[in-house]
Amino acid sequence: METLQLLFDGFAVAFLPVNLVLIILGCAVGLFIGAMPGLGSVNGVAILLPVTFLVPPTSAMIFLAAIYYGAMYGGAISSIMLGIPGASTAVATTFDGRPLALQGKADMALVAAATASFVGGTISVILFTAFAPPLAEFALVFGSPEIFALMLLAFATFVGLGGDDIPKTLFSIFIGLVFGAVGLDIVSGQPRLIFGEIIGFMHGINFLVLAIGIYGICEMLWTIESNKGNVMISQATMSFRGLLSALKELIGTWKTMVMGSFLGFFVGILPAAGATPGSLMAYGTAKQLSKDPDTFGEGNVDGVVAPEAANNAASTGAMLPMLTLGIPGSPTTAILLGGIVIWGLEPGPMLFIDQQEFVWGLIASLYAANLVALLLNVAMIPAFIWILKLPFTILAPIIFILCIVGGFVPTLDMHDVWLMLIFGVVGYLMRKLDYPLAPAVLAIVLGPLAEPALRQSILMSGGEVSIFFTRPIASVIMIVALVLLLLPLYPIIKRRLTVKAR
Amino acid sequence: MRRAELVMAIVMGAFSLYLMWKSAELPIGWTKGEGPGGGAWPFWLSAGMLVCCIWIGIRWALRTSPPSRSEDVYMDRRAFRLFALNAGALAVTIGLFHVVGAYFAIPLFLIFYLRFLGGHSWGLTGLFAVLTPIVIFLFFEVALLKSLPKGYTEPLFEPIYAIVF
Amino acid sequence: MEAIKLLRKTMLAGVGLGLAFGVAGVSDTAHAAWEPKKPVEFVVMAGKGGGADKLARLIQSIIAKHKFASKPFTPINKPGGSGAEALVYANTAKNPNHTIMVTLNSFYTTPMRQPGINVDISKFAPIARMAEDTFLLWVNKDSGIKDVSSFVAAAKKAGDKWIMAGTGKGQEDQLLTDFLNTAYGLNMKYVPYKGGGRVAKELAGNNANSTVNNPSEQLGFYQAGKTAAIAAFTPARLELFADAPTFKELGKDFVYFMQRSVVGAPGMSKEAESFYRGVFARVYASDEWQSYMQKKSLYGGFLTGKRLMSYWEREKSIHKAMLKKMGEIK
Repeated sequence: METLQLLFDGFAVAFLPVNLVLIILGCAVGLFIGAMPGLGSVNGVAILLPVTFLVPPTSAMIFLAAIYYGAMYGGAISSIMLGIPGASTAVATTFDGRPLALQGKADMALVAAATASFVGGTISVILFTAFAPPLAEFALVFGSPEIFALMLLAFATFVGLGGDDIPKTLFSIFIGLVFGAVGLDIVSGQPRLIFGEIIGFMHGINFLVLAIGIYGICEMLWTIESNKGNVMISQATMSFRGLLSALKELIGTWKTMVMGSFLGFFVGILPAAGATPGSLMAYGTAKQLSKDPDTFGEGNVDGVVAPEAANNAASTGAMLPMLTLGIPGSPTTAILLGGIVIWGLEPGPMLFIDQQEFVWGLIASLYAANLVALLLNVAMIPAFIWILKLPFTILAPIIFILCIVGGFVPTLDMHDVWLMLIFGVVGYLMRKLDYPLAPAVLAIVLGPLAEPALRQSILMSGGEVSIFFTRPIASVIMIVALVLLLLPLYPIIKRRLTVKAR
Repeated sequence: MRRAELVMAIVMGAFSLYLMWKSAELPIGWTKGEGPGGGAWPFWLSAGMLVCCIWIGIRWALRTSPPSRSEDVYMDRRAFRLFALNAGALAVTIGLFHVVGAYFAIPLFLIFYLRFLGGHSWGLTGLFAVLTPIVIFLFFEVALLKSLPKGYTEPLFEPIYAIVF
Repeated sequence: MEAIKLLRKTMLAGVGLGLAFGVAGVSDTAHAAWEPKKPVEFVVMAGKGGGADKLARLIQSIIAKHKFASKPFTPINKPGGSGAEALVYANTAKNPNHTIMVTLNSFYTTPMRQPGINVDISKFAPIARMAEDTFLLWVNKDSGIKDVSSFVAAAKKAGDKWIMAGTGKGQEDQLLTDFLNTAYGLNMKYVPYKGGGRVAKELAGNNANSTVNNPSEQLGFYQAGKTAAIAAFTPARLELFADAPTFKELGKDFVYFMQRSVVGAPGMSKEAESFYRGVFARVYASDEWQSYMQKKSLYGGFLTGKRLMSYWEREKSIHKAMLKKMGEIK
C-alpha cells in the first residue's frame, strides 16, 4: 500500500506541467536521436546531459529518461528503414525488420516495433514498481566488499558477451580501467598518472569525455567513411487500412511480446548486461519457440516484436540497479548515473530513502514516457523518414559541434575537449582493426567504483582477501561472478581434453 | 590492413609500458595489513594491456585474427582524405576556440563543412552559420550560465552581457 | 531601506579592522565605481554534490534571488588533487577581477602537502568568511554506545579491527581520527571513502564503527534513528545535538572547524575586492543564509579583510603543526 501511495505521489510529480513538457520534449528528441544511424540512447543522453543543469534534478532525470525511452523506440526506425541499427540495442530488429520493409511492409514493421516497445516498457515498469523498494531496503547493507563483488560480476557478464576477438576485448577493458584510475588515488591521497604534470588530468578522465569521443566523434568518422551520405531509404506509406490489418496481425504475437518483456527485464537488471544482449536473447528464444522458425530472417513479425519488447524492458530493468545500488546496467545508465552524481545526488540505497520524490517521480515518468513515446512514434514516423533524407553533410557538422560543446561544458575545461578529440580519432583508427570500444566506456565508469571498493575491503579486513567470501551477500555474488568469468574457458578445456584423450 | 594491425599492437604496447612506468611512481606492491598500494591497480592493468598487445602480435604472426589475414588496404586514398578533412577540421576548430573563441570558431567550421565539403548553397550555409552560434549562446550562456571560451574576442561580449543580464 | 540598514549594521559588526574599504564597498557610490562586466567565475575546491559545492550553489541562488550583483555568479567545480586544481586555476586566473573561490581547510593543507603547485595563499584577496562547519563523533545506534567512555572501551577492545570511515587521506577526518587515537590511546583503522555522504552511509549500514561527519552529512540517518552523535569538536554544545558533550567538557581541549571562506584570485583590484565584500556581507545577512546556518548547525561570524587574513595565518600554523605530527609533511 505504501508503495502505491508513493507511486501516486510520483505521478503528481510527473504530471507537473514542467515535467510533462520535458517528457514530451525528451521523447521527441530521443526518437530523433535514436532514429539517426549510428546514434543511440547513449549518444543522446551523453550529449544532452549538460543541457539538464538548468532544471532541478528530478526534472533533469525525467528529461533524460524520456530521451532514453524515446531513443529505444527510435532505434527501431533506422533499423527498419535503412537496415542500419540506430543503436546496438536495435541490431536484432534489423534481422526481420529490414526484410519486411523491403517487401513494402515498412509501416507494418514500424507499428509492430512501436507496439512491442510499449508492451515491453509497461511490463517492466510494473515489475520495477513491485521489486525496487525491497531491493533498496536490502541495499543499505551493501558495503565495499559487496560492491567489488558486484563489479566483478558486471565484468564477468560483459566478458562472456563481448566480441569474438578476446585479446582486443580484454585490451579495451584494461585501457578503460587504467584511464579510470587517472587523477587522485583516494586511499593514499596521492595524485597519480598526471601525464606530463598537466593540471587538467588532476580531476581524472571524465567518462563523458571518453563516451562522447567514442560514440560521437569516432562514430561519425566511421559513418562518414562507410556511407558517404548515400544510404538507400526504403519507401514507407502510412494508411489507415494498413494500420488496422497490422494491429490484427500484432495481436497474434502477444505471447512473444510478453516473453521478450520478462526476459529483457531480468537480463537488464544484471549489471552491465543491458539491452543489447537482452534483445538478442529474446530474438533467439522467439525463434526457438516459434512453429515455423525458418521464416525468421525473412520477415517474420515475431522477429521484430521479440527484440523490441526486450530492449525496452531491459532499459527499464537497467534502471533498477542504477537507482537502488548505484551500479549501471548498461552504458546509457552509466551516463545517467554520472548525471545523478553531477546533480549532487548520491546514487545508491539512500536515494530511495533520501530522495523519494526524485525516485518515484522518475518511476511515474517512466509510465508516462512510455505512452508518450508510443503516440509520438506512430504520429511522427513520416517526419523521421524525411529527416533521415537530409544530406549527411548538414547533419554531420551539427553533431560535431554538439560533441565539442558537450565535451567542454561539464568541466569547463578545454583540456577535456582535446582529450575527447584524441579519443575519437584513436578510437576510429582502432575500430577499423576490430577493437571493440564499448567495453572501454563501461570500464571507465566501473573502474573508479571497483578499485576503491577492492582496497577499502582489504583495509577493512586488515589485509585479508577472504573478506569477499566470509560475508554472505558478497560471497554469493563473488561465486556467480567467478563461474561466469571461467565459463568461456570451459569449451576450450573440453576441447583440449578430448584432443589429449585421442 | 595486416601492417596496420601490427603497428597498432606495437604502438599500444609501447603506451602500456609508459603507463606501467608512470604507475610505478606510487607503490605497486602489497602493503602488509593494508592491501595493494596506490599504483598497483593501474600498474597491473597496464601490464594486462601489454600482455594483450603481445597476444595480438602472436595472432598476427599466426594469421589467426581477421585483420591480420585481410588483404584490404587499411585506409584507401578516399577514406584517408575524408578522415584527414574531418579530423583536421575538428582540430583546427578546437584550436580556434582558444584564439577567437567558440562564437567565431563554430561559424567558420560550419562554413567550411557546409560550403566546401558539402557543396551547399551560400544561403543555406549562411543561415546555419548565423543561427547556430546564436542558439548556442542563448542556450548555454543565458539559460544554463555556462560560459564558453572566447579567447581574444572576450571584450566584444561585454555589451551583450550588459543587455542579457 | 530596511535591508540597507541591516546591512550596514552587519558590516559594522563584522568588518572591524577591514572597515577602511569595507563600508566603501557597500555604499552605492562605490557600486557605480566597479561592477562585474561578465558572469563571475565562482570556483569550488571540491566536486559536485559535496558540502562546498552545495554551499556555492546556495550562495549563487541567494545572489541571483536578491539581485546582489548585476551579473550572475557561476560555480565551476575544480575537484582535482584535493583542491590543487582549483588553487592553480585561481592562482593563474586570466581575469582575477571576475574569479572568486569558495575554500575549505584544504586551502591551508594542500599547498603544504603539494609544494610543487607553488601557491602562496597570502596572495589571495580576503573577501569573506561565511561560516565554520562543525564536526561530531558518530556511532551506529545498534552498537549501543551512548557516550565517549563506552566508545573508548569498545574501540580499545577491538584494536585495529575498529573501523573509522572518513573522507580522503590527510584530510580533516583523518586529522580528527589521529587526535582521537593519540588522546585516548586507540589504534583505530582509518578507511577513506569518496565524500562525506558515502561515509555516513557506511556507518548507517554497519560497515564502519564510527565517523566524524559534519552534521549536514549525517542528519538524514540521525533523524531516521540509525546513528547517534556522542561528542562534538566545538567550544560549546550544539543546539541540534544538545545531548552530545564537547571534548572540552570531557577534559580534552580540542576544537576543530571546517572553514567556509570566499577568496578572490591573486591580483584582484581593490575596487573589485570591495565590491565582492559588499555582496557577501549582504549574503551573510540574508534570511536564507541565516536559516541555512541554523539548520545545518554552522558556526562562525562574518570575517573579512585583515581579520580574515590573521585568522588564516593562525589556522595555517595549527594545520602545519598537525600535519607535521602525523608525518605528512616535513
